[in-house]
Amino acid sequence: MENDVIEVRAIARRYGDVHAVDGVDLTVQAGQVFGLIGHNGAGKSTLFKMMLGLVAPSAGEIRIGGEPVTGPGFRAVRRGLGYLPENVVFYDNLTGLETLAFFARLKGVDRAQCGPLLERVGLSAAADRRVKGYSKGMRQRLGFAQALLGNPKLLFLDEPTTGLDPEGIRDFYRILRERKDQGVTIMLTSHILSEIQERVDRLAIMKTGRIQALGTVQSLREAMSLPMWFELRLPEGSESSLRGSLAALDVGDIEVQGDRARVHCPRESKMAVLKVLSALKHCATDLQIREPSLEDVFLGYSG
Amino acid sequence: MTILSIDLRQVGVIAAKEFRDRIRNRWVLAVTLVFTVFAVVIAYFGAAQQGAVGFRSIEVTIASLVSLVIYLVPLIALILGFDAIVGERERGSLDLLLSMPITRVELLLGKFFGLSGALACSTVVGFGFAGLLLGSRLPLAAWYHYAGFIVSSVLLGMAFLSLAVTASVFATDRARASGGAIALWFFFVLVYDLLLLGALVASGGAAATDAFPYLLLLNPADVFRILNIFGLEEVRTLYGLTTVFPERLANAGLLGAVMVAWIALPLGLATWRFRQ
Repeated sequence: MENDVIEVRAIARRYGDVHAVDGVDLTVQAGQVFGLIGHNGAGKSTLFKMMLGLVAPSAGEIRIGGEPVTGPGFRAVRRGLGYLPENVVFYDNLTGLETLAFFARLKGVDRAQCGPLLERVGLSAAADRRVKGYSKGMRQRLGFAQALLGNPKLLFLDEPTTGLDPEGIRDFYRILRERKDQGVTIMLTSHILSEIQERVDRLAIMKTGRIQALGTVQSLREAMSLPMWFELRLPEGSESSLRGSLAALDVGDIEVQGDRARVHCPRESKMAVLKVLSALKHCATDLQIREPSLEDVFLGYSG
Repeated sequence: MTILSIDLRQVGVIAAKEFRDRIRNRWVLAVTLVFTVFAVVIAYFGAAQQGAVGFRSIEVTIASLVSLVIYLVPLIALILGFDAIVGERERGSLDLLLSMPITRVELLLGKFFGLSGALACSTVVGFGFAGLLLGSRLPLAAWYHYAGFIVSSVLLGMAFLSLAVTASVFATDRARASGGAIALWFFFVLVYDLLLLGALVASGGAAATDAFPYLLLLNPADVFRILNIFGLEEVRTLYGLTTVFPERLANAGLLGAVMVAWIALPLGLATWRFRQ
């Protein structure tokens, strides 16, 4: 499609007998935030590196912005591309500002961007200190600033929140949100699934080099048809009335322990069960609806 | 500016960083001092064995310096360049660099020229300063020889730097790269001449055929020696070079071209490999 910024077609990468990436197809449209999830060694970073033209695929084709990554036209694409590698490493002898200025020169970006960018990621106080003395979180912030140089239209962020404290993570996603609102296409990987499930438009789950599932968080949940459950707090002794009320409905296990009850049910009967529960004779004093998180989906697919 | 789809600006950005790194960590200063001190000491005490102390002639001084440079400059160049690429790879900074709008060839050339700049700076300033200390009253011809010595030392350094960068592209880790660099030094500086000499002696001189001078050209250290010694009347016969090396090959332009080939060929090989 014309709107596809990232097109990955039947891509594979072998290292000897190991199939690091084994026949991956995916597309990402302009302005989307796309998440890539998987265990260590699932092939995420290798796929990332192939999308950036850093590792040559054994088979298949990747186009970024319509240009094949292995072709001569890719240099121009790189100018509009930001990359934050997993475990970003800089030069210890340069200061934060010098580091950014070095990459700005390579990218052909005005040096004047460096100061404000450092400020944006919260590093302006450390701008003139050598990177050698930076903490892991500070290096990660510097890496993010580097990726943002030149206002790229496309961001590749490999495990971007590793090493960040909660405040850093919040800042990071705030900046990401701004960029998304400006129409930037963002591809990111993460281990922290609960962290990204609210923030991606689409995602792919990778296992042993293959994509196990691809879609929106919601569509994956539905496709999994994992049961959901209600957690209730009831007056003691109301178990029989609870069981009686639900008998006619399509529900799964009902577990009761003291004043707490858990009612499992398939997604389709959610509203019907909710109706019955709210009309219980001995009113539930509390009720929570639990949905499987993306983590559950993930574990369901690849655990 | 772009030549053969090489963006010289990008080469310059990398080279400037490498050069500045070596200035900042005082590498250039340290090597410059080493060159100056060694040159002055050799010039003053080089003839001590003959019972004389003090500066003699520029020719004898250059001959002594050549013996020093032939060991020292290749070693320093190899140490300087062996981790140029493999160091970035092992540290994990190579991927980020290559994700920039820069080609592998540009990165490699940038590294090479930045490091060459640092080494050339030390060589020119170190030996140049020593030259000023030694003989401000020297005749012009002596300066001409001395300038030739400095330029050829720079070329020698670049040739071994080119070999070092090649080792750093081929090696899978820094340890192997440093091993490779040391092996190169042993081979070209210590072993190669011994092998030639051994072949010469073992064959009772029969190996001293027409091929012999060309074999000397296959070692940048030998090319450097010939380049410097052949121009000096006083020491030429001393070295016995005239007997093995024909006059027609002892041409500064030709030997200079061979030296440039010794810089270009390993670098070409490294480029080819790095692009794989």
